[in-house]
Formats: sequence, structure tokens, C-alpha cells
Amino acid sequence: MRTLHKFHGGIHPLSNKSQSTQNRIAQPGLPSRLVIPFQQHAGEAAKPVVLEGDYVLKGQLIGMPEGFISSAIHAPTSGTIAALESQQIAHPSGLPDLCAILLPDGKDEWIKCEKTEYRSNTPEQLRQKLRMAGVVGQGGAAFPSDVKLKLGMHKVKTLILNGAECEPYITCDDILMRERAPEIVQGAEILSFILAAEKVLIGIEDNKPEAIAAMRIAVTDSGNAFEVVVIPTIYPGGGVKQLIKVLTDLEVPSGKLPAEIGIQCFNVATAFSAWRAITHGEPLLSRIVTVTGNVRRAQNFEALIGTPVNELIAQAGELPGSNGYIMGGPMMGMRLPSASVPLVKASNCIIVASEELFPPAPPTQPCIRCTRCTEVCPVNLQPQDLYWFAKAKEFGKAQTFSLFDCIECGACSYVCPSHIPLVQYYRFAKSEIRERTQEKHSADRARERHEFREYRIEREKQEKAEKLAAKERAALAAKESAAKSAEPIRQEVVLQKE
Amino acid sequence: MLSALLVMSGVAIVLGAILGYSAIKFRVDGNPLVEKIDAVLPQTQCGQCGFPGCRPYATAIAAGEVEINKCPPGGEEGIQKLAELLGVDAIPFGADTQPRDKSIAYIDESTCIGCTLCIQACPVDAIVGAAKQMHTIIATECTGCELCVAPCPVDCIAMLPIAEKITNWKWRYPAYSMDIAQ
Repeated sequence: MRTLHKFHGGIHPLSNKSQSTQNRIAQPGLPSRLVIPFQQHAGEAAKPVVLEGDYVLKGQLIGMPEGFISSAIHAPTSGTIAALESQQIAHPSGLPDLCAILLPDGKDEWIKCEKTEYRSNTPEQLRQKLRMAGVVGQGGAAFPSDVKLKLGMHKVKTLILNGAECEPYITCDDILMRERAPEIVQGAEILSFILAAEKVLIGIEDNKPEAIAAMRIAVTDSGNAFEVVVIPTIYPGGGVKQLIKVLTDLEVPSGKLPAEIGIQCFNVATAFSAWRAITHGEPLLSRIVTVTGNVRRAQNFEALIGTPVNELIAQAGELPGSNGYIMGGPMMGMRLPSASVPLVKASNCIIVASEELFPPAPPTQPCIRCTRCTEVCPVNLQPQDLYWFAKAKEFGKAQTFSLFDCIECGACSYVCPSHIPLVQYYRFAKSEIRERTQEKHSADRARERHEFREYRIEREKQEKAEKLAAKERAALAAKESAAKSAEPIRQEVVLQKE
Repeated sequence: MLSALLVMSGVAIVLGAILGYSAIKFRVDGNPLVEKIDAVLPQTQCGQCGFPGCRPYATAIAAGEVEINKCPPGGEEGIQKLAELLGVDAIPFGADTQPRDKSIAYIDESTCIGCTLCIQACPVDAIVGAAKQMHTIIATECTGCELCVAPCPVDCIAMLPIAEKITNWKWRYPAYSMDIAQ
């Protein structure tokens, strides 16, 4: 039995998970059209490698990864690329981004997939395969898995599989572990093989007994020495740094990555897609998504990436009285700009909101410095100080108070008796600081270019002057030599006369 | 009496030698204040301050020859930073130096005649092209100084405001109603 540890703070919001775990994973029908954004992951967007009008097969590459932190994008079904255009996507800004519009032909015809036995590949080959299969973290941040593995190679001793799923309403990982535990365990085997990890821990919160049982059986059947660890249910216990603290009592230092203390963490769904990508050669084309909230049948779907959210909601049966849609959980998710945006690799949950489920927040009142936010902050920050600094736009101070360690979990806003939207302030301050850093960087580059230009102009001037001087010298020398060569002739004449 | 004099002058000579040596060894070239001011300036090299670039303006500020409100691209925040650095009061912009929205130059490539005048005007070498060949702006390097606009004989350069995209979108300052009187 592993000794568990506690991280600072945390809250216990109503879990609201049982609504969507009554049914097995459902297969929604083929949507009428798919909208596939080229930027579904952290890092650089993928570069389109198809043209409008192209016929593509299921699993065909349509977006090539560009740069170190990037991932591939594939056609989730067979059909025709109707357009490559800007479409509204799931982003808090509501701004459009480049997407491929795919009209399915209904045949769902696969491209040839290359099945492999992972042990016959080198870790580097497997990593490349994951990159080209578009496998990214499915816990929410969508960080390319191959990059995480690269950072962790030769360093990581402990691989942690994150099955905590601490945020209310979301059950996609729970249901995946219940129904596909053996595949997740095989995925963990592949990931630990790439990392050459010595230990594999699978952390699951104690409000998922079925998932825990299924995972334990799968681990025993596989013969691996993986450890399924039951952790207490507390929000945000599924945060990477919080989970690491609970399982190992190690704290990831500020500004560092878990790999630097010898730990790497993957979501259970990521392990599942890694298994599919390596063993079956199938790229990441679909994911499990919870559709819940103000719907008739809250349940989990195995939906294709690019499925318009409203088509999924229609299958769950939207009830009257809904007033918006949330992608992600109620704590960290975002209100969607419209219900027609597509599902992406990071979309773990769609909540149909209603006034009954999410009553409008009471009016905001001034901060009374009660420090309840400090008590619940899982990162040990001083949320009320950060709030003051962000509000006064004193970004330098906010940074010295470790603003960038804030994981935006929303625990502080949740307990704030004055109903201050604290996280909004932190997000505002973070993006302002990021912009200033960017500006500073480009100003430095502009200074460098300007100084080089002045140096170049000066050099050209000098070179010109030198050339001119050399020319003059040459002319002078020519004159002199002409004069010299003229003299001996005269002498000869003189000699002849003698 | 004599020994006291000798000791004191000995100490004076030793300390003087140390000071003299450090003055040569740890000599700071140029005015370090100019560097600090230059680091705060936005490096657009636009000349709106009346000086040929950011560094000359920084030198003039350091010498106390000019006010700190002559740099529109730096914005109000730039004035604040300069005031903090120099320990003076922040002053508002004058009527003739109001900051504008950030923009970058765009060359209408079908109209460009390839005269290279804009290339010569660009202070940061952000325009590529050759004589009688089309020119174009390297958008990521353009500082938006507008120095290329005036020399163009065919008016094919326009300043376009930077559009808001997913990649440069920022979270807004939270706006909500505060209910105090209850």
C-alpha cells in the first residue's frame, strides 16, 4: 500500500458525474460534415497537405506537423475536402481559424494502416510514429505526446497515468477505463517502453470504483508490475503537479517540467490512443466525449474529431431552457461562441448549460481580504494579492508573486464570498505579460537589425572611400611609372649622342 | 609626529593607487543611463521624436535635452517607464505626438516599380527586393515606423493595422457590474 500525500488546498464541488455514466460509450452516426481545425494542439499549427476537392480516405494525413512542438492532423472519415477556410472554432475569443471542411461519403473507407509490434521498434521510431499519428494529450492541454516523451527520455523513472478526472460532470476517462482498460494498460506499456521508466503508477480518484476495478484486473491480466493507486476525490487532484504531489510527495519546482524531477504524466485517454497508433497504426481520429447537462440522455460518445458540437447535442436530446454550451468542465471549461463549432482532440466534455444548472453569478462585491482563496489554492499562491496586482495592472509584481504557476483551476473563484471572477483577472494579466515579453523580444531584434544596418552603411562608406583612395593611388603610381619609363629613353638618347 | 605623517601619507598613497587602478580597470564606456533608456524605448526607429532613431533620442533624454513624452509608439506605458527610470513625473503626450494603433507596412506588389527607395528608407532592413524587381515587407520584422511610405513614388505602400487572430488574441480586462450599495 502506497502512502499518499496531500497538496495544499482544494475544494469539493458537487461531482455531477453519475448522470453520464448510466450508459455505455455510444457510437454517434456519421455527421453531415466535419470541420477539422489545423491547430488542435499546443505549439505550431499543422500545414495543410490536401487541396480543395481532394478525395481523402479515413486516416489519411491532411495536416503535416510543422516545427518541434506540433502534431499531425488526419481525415476522420473518407470523403471529399469541400473547402480549406477559416471557421469559428472552440476558442474563448470566438475568432475563426483555418479548418478543412470534409464531406463524408458514407463509406468510411480506411487508408492502409501499418500494424507493428512495439518491441521491434526503437523508442525514437515509436516517437516519430506518435507524432505522425497526431497523438496529443487528451486531458485538456493537447500537448503533443511525442514532445513530452522526447523531453522525458533517459530522465524519467516514474510514469504516471492520470485517471483522476477531478472536474465535475466529466466522465470520459472514467467510462474509457471501465470499458477499455486492457488497451489503456497496453498503451502505458508502450509509453513506459519509450521512456524506459522503472515504475508505472495509475492514479484514479476513489469516486470511480468500477474504473479502479477494471484497471486492476487489466493490470493483473497483463502481468505488468503497474500500480493502480486510489487517491482521494478532491478538486483539482487531477492537475499534473497536484497528482505528482499526492502520489510521490515530490513537488515540481516553479517554472520546471515534471520530466526534470524524473516523472512524466499522461492521461489515460492518451495512453489509449498511443496504443491504437502503434499497435494498429491508426491515427487519432476520434475521442470519447461526455455530453451532459441539460440533455435528455447524458452519455459518452466516441465521436470523430471535427464533429460539430450541435450534432452530438442533438443525439443526446437537448432539453428546453438551455442558455449556452460549455466545452470542458464547469470549473475550467469555456463558454462556446456557438454550438456549431467542431469537436477537437482536447474536447473532453460538452455541457449544455441552463439557468437551473448554472444560475447567473450574484453581483460582484469588493474583496474583503478573507483569504479563503489562499486556503484553497492548490499551488500555494496568494490569490488575493495576485488579484490586486492584476486589477491595478502591476504585472511585474504579479510575476514576482508567481502568477505563472497559477493553473487557472478556479478554486479561488469558487470559494470567493464576494464572487470576484479571479481567474479572469489572472488570465488577463498572463496574456498582457506574454504580449509584453513578445514585444520586448521584437524590440531587441529591431535594435539589432538597426545597429547592423548602421554598421553596414558605415562599412560601405569606408569601402567606397578605400576603393577611391586605391584608385587614386593606382592613378598616381601609373603616372609616376609612366614618367619613370620615359626617363631612360631620354638617357638612351643622351647616350647615343655621346 | 613624523611617524603619524608617514603613516597617513602611506595610507593615502595606497588608497590612491587602488582607486587609480580601478578607474582604469573597471572603466565604464559610454553613459550606462543611455543603455537603460534605450532598453525601454520600443525600437521602432521611426524618428517621430525628432531624432534619427531610438538611441539618439535616448542619448538626448540622458543629457536632459528633451522631454520624455516624444515617443508615440511607446504609448502612455512608455512614458510611465521612463518616468520611473529617471525619477521624474510622467507627463501626457503633446497634441502633435498622439499614439496610434499598431500597424505594419504592406506593399501592393502589382503597383511596385522596384525603385528601391523604400528599401533604403527602412531602418531595420525589413524590406526585400532589388532594382526593377518587386519589393515585399518581411512582416515579422516590420516595426511600423512608416518611414517607407513617404519615399514611394507610386504610393504603393499602405499601413495596415494588425488584425486580431487566434495567435495574438488577448484576454480582456474583466468587466462586470459591481454592486456595492445593498
